[in-house]
Amino acid sequence: MGESAPTTAEEVASPAELAGLLDRHAYLCDDGLATACFLALRMGRPLFLEGEAGVGKTELAKTLARVLGAPLIRLQCYEGLDASQALYDWDFPRQLLHLRAAEAAGVADVARLEGELYDRRFLLARPLLRALETTPSVLLVDELDRADDEFEAFLLEVLSDFTITVPELGTIRAERPPVVVVTSNRTREVHDALKRRCLYHWLEHPSFEREVAIIRRRLPGAAGRLAGQVARAAQRLRERDLLKPPGVAETLDWTGALVALGARELDPGTAAVTLGAVLKYREDQQRVLAGGLEALLDGG
Amino acid sequence: MRDVTETMVGFARTVRAAGGTAGPERVQAMLAALDHLDVLDPSAVYWAGRLTLCADPGDLARYDRCFAAYFSGATARPGRRPPPAVVRRTALPGAPDGASGEPGAPEAAAASAAEVLRERDVARLTAAERAEVARLIALMDAGAERRRSRRFAPAPAGRLDPGRTVRETLRRGGETALLRHRAHRTRPRRVVLIVDVSGSMGPYADALLRFAHAAARSGGRAVEVFSAGTRLTRLTRELRHRDPDTAMAAASEAVPDWSGGTRLGEELKEFLDRFGQRGLARGAVVVIASDGWERGDAALLGEQMARLGRLAHRVVWANPHKARPGYEPLAAGMAAALPHVDDFTSGHSLAALEDLARLVAGAGRGDAHA
Repeated sequence: MGESAPTTAEEVASPAELAGLLDRHAYLCDDGLATACFLALRMGRPLFLEGEAGVGKTELAKTLARVLGAPLIRLQCYEGLDASQALYDWDFPRQLLHLRAAEAAGVADVARLEGELYDRRFLLARPLLRALETTPSVLLVDELDRADDEFEAFLLEVLSDFTITVPELGTIRAERPPVVVVTSNRTREVHDALKRRCLYHWLEHPSFEREVAIIRRRLPGAAGRLAGQVARAAQRLRERDLLKPPGVAETLDWTGALVALGARELDPGTAAVTLGAVLKYREDQQRVLAGGLEALLDGG
Repeated sequence: MRDVTETMVGFARTVRAAGGTAGPERVQAMLAALDHLDVLDPSAVYWAGRLTLCADPGDLARYDRCFAAYFSGATARPGRRPPPAVVRRTALPGAPDGASGEPGAPEAAAASAAEVLRERDVARLTAAERAEVARLIALMDAGAERRRSRRFAPAPAGRLDPGRTVRETLRRGGETALLRHRAHRTRPRRVVLIVDVSGSMGPYADALLRFAHAAARSGGRAVEVFSAGTRLTRLTRELRHRDPDTAMAAASEAVPDWSGGTRLGEELKEFLDRFGQRGLARGAVVVIASDGWERGDAALLGEQMARLGRLAHRVVWANPHKARPGYEPLAAGMAAALPHVDDFTSGHSLAALEDLARLVAGAGRGDAHA
């Protein structure tokens, strides 16, 4: 797969074309997701993605960045995340150093010194500011449900007008808004006000055929038969009652592990030694082993 | 384009009539999305609407129904709301009035009457006493204990605060005279209440849900409430109404399974799968209010309680029957759950609910263990 020239958001003519571009970067998506991404680019609206862990939400943002030849700027959310970690912060050590240097040089003009201290070069851009200042860029706000709701309200403000005000410097405006992908695992309800600004897409696990295609696309080393077997087993695992049903990420890990071991097909022996690549809870492994690995594999 | 707009606005109206979120802003977004797509392609129309009119996986099935109905020519019927269940206010059949076991209550002084009321089992109250207890529960402070947050606030001592120190230094023309400090702020710990509303809990469910409402009011967004019975229902939004009676009415309408059986193990599993494991239960104080009368598999309940124990900061179990003389946790479900419970309390009377509030707030922990 040769690297194609970066495409700008305006050049993409239709969802189908975007799907093709994503495909070229080894991300296979269906009509719904392709339409969602296409509209996000065209309408300049954030794309709000929800779905089980491992269905490819984060991966989509990464691939979009590759398609657009734009840097991916990632803001990982967590409880207690605040503006100084998401927007900007002043580089205090450098400010102090500057102060000392000025002192040593005998600068007496305090007002001027203070002006210098709040110069752009002492401002540390955190992800949101960086995304606004980088054109083009893809901003990934990952796992928003982990942040507190105060942060959500704050994010709403940034995402609605794409400007950030630094009291000492003034307002910084995005030349062109970044492409924004917000992901959530639904541990907490995200405010409707934020969702309203976004295009909402619920990402499902892929169908069997699509999952086989994804495996073959991402791991060309895997034989067609192996890809089919792994995808079938993954689909069956999702029907089981597991703590963490495997996502596409786990299916790929599993296939990768099998390929690394030189396995040509998935049989009870190879499945047993690689089970840890697809099931990440001891209880899940025990449950599957108790039911017999053959039950996962029959038919192929 | 004109009739496309009309058609789509009509469609949005159908979605709204069926209970979906299709406010003007969303409808605008839908029309804007269609501007970029091929309006003659049904799939494009479907996705333009779905991406803008839905905001929740729960909306998707309704959207699909509306889409199928509207674009096949038929008009979608508005979704039928389940008939509102009335919060049970009946007393236990064996105790028709509040007189049993309380001799001399009528002539007692008002203060001591309130005192007596505090200790009385809520299942044995008259309607008037019940209303009084409801009023007292609404006044209860059931806020959570606090945990350290990542954020900082200015403090007299603690870590150095470089920002404020630099600003202070600047104010003094570069003289580092005063060091400023900051310390981690604290935030309320998350509280999750799971209230069993099955038949055997009937006399207590109302009081316990009112307690949950008081907790939600004291703890704000850090409190989540679920009802359990035969189906797990998230009641957080319903209980956010300020007025206790409005909140209770909303909750009773939302709960589909009043007075049914109990499948606590399965519901706890659903709670952990859908919400708990991903964050709601992590580091939270989880209160389960149930008599542990498990109709399902007690082993499953034990397994899920062990899981919950590993996720939660503390697990409190309130069993109203615990207060009965001679109570032993013999019900299979209760016995399976107990090893994974940090605090085992009763929650059958006003006084017991006050104790529960203290436990939620992190006081007196561990001493209630049977």
